[in-house]
Amino acid sequence: MGALVLAEGDTFTPPGAGDFELPPIFLGVTKPMILIVLSLIIIAAFFLLASRKLKVVPGKGQFAAEYVYDFARNGIAREQIGSKDFKPFVPLVLALFSFVLVNNLFGIIPIFQFPTFAHIGFPLALSLFVVYPVYHYVGFKRHGFVGYLKHATVPPGAPGPIYILLTPIEFLQKFVLNPLTLAVRVFAAMFAGHLILLVFTVAGEFLLLHAGGVFKPISVVSWLFAILMTFVEALIQVIQAYVFAVLSANYIGAALAEDH
Amino acid sequence: MSNIVLAQAAETAVNLNPGLAAIGYGLGAIGPGIGVGLIWAAVINGTARQPEAQGKLMGIAWTTFVLTEVLALIGLVVYFIASAA
Repeated sequence: MGALVLAEGDTFTPPGAGDFELPPIFLGVTKPMILIVLSLIIIAAFFLLASRKLKVVPGKGQFAAEYVYDFARNGIAREQIGSKDFKPFVPLVLALFSFVLVNNLFGIIPIFQFPTFAHIGFPLALSLFVVYPVYHYVGFKRHGFVGYLKHATVPPGAPGPIYILLTPIEFLQKFVLNPLTLAVRVFAAMFAGHLILLVFTVAGEFLLLHAGGVFKPISVVSWLFAILMTFVEALIQVIQAYVFAVLSANYIGAALAEDH
Repeated sequence: MSNIVLAQAAETAVNLNPGLAAIGYGLGAIGPGIGVGLIWAAVINGTARQPEAQGKLMGIAWTTFVLTEVLALIGLVVYFIASAA
């Protein structure tokens, strides 16, 4: 890095957490706020338009919507919650999956280029205000207050004295850590991914315009890596959306599960 | 004399936080790295023994991979928190 600095006298400031604070566009409305509302409009429009005039032999839009719906219903909800009582939760799981997916994909779509879940407030709100109340509410409703606490913190089948250690850990896990890690997982993945893309892109620009002559061709390598990391980032974004929905459905299924 | 030395020594205070945070993140990424490697090794072994199980194995692999990866990601977040202070 020292040689790069001495070549031109410019210093390279690597992108950091400060690059995620986007200035407001008008009246205190920032870009992530607009993107969140835009994702809502996109998803609603997609499913509404695709479900007009449903045919037995689907056209392209209906096929795509049915594929996503089928994936969320069978692949995620039914598998995690069980075929007996998964049906009321299919809209929630489908909404979580598609919402997280579209917002993540905003990170690599050219004009938007900001994954809204790179601000921790968004996944925290989803996890603390949507998923957490749902799975505890259904658990309390099914098992009663004491029954659900027993069901959640005392897993059957462990040897006696282990419960002294196991019960506080299970309580901490289910009531404190699960919603937090659910949010931090998608936040950190989006944050790190966006940061990687920023580093390669900004470094390429620095190498091309501000570094000495011998370093200028390296900017092409940097931008090539930015393109490669975009593909990796696309995969990670889809996986994080899938896992958010899967884990939410898993928590609901674990709360609803009958004792063995 | 010792007062002057102490006064001079106190002026050059080096901020160690970003360096220590980087070391902490590096150490914290060892565990998840090994864990993720074990998960995918299990997937490869299972697919080698029984190729038709690949679909189910990949499904399990992605869910367990993300559970392990979150520890490395939490380490990354802690790096940013620690290097700021």
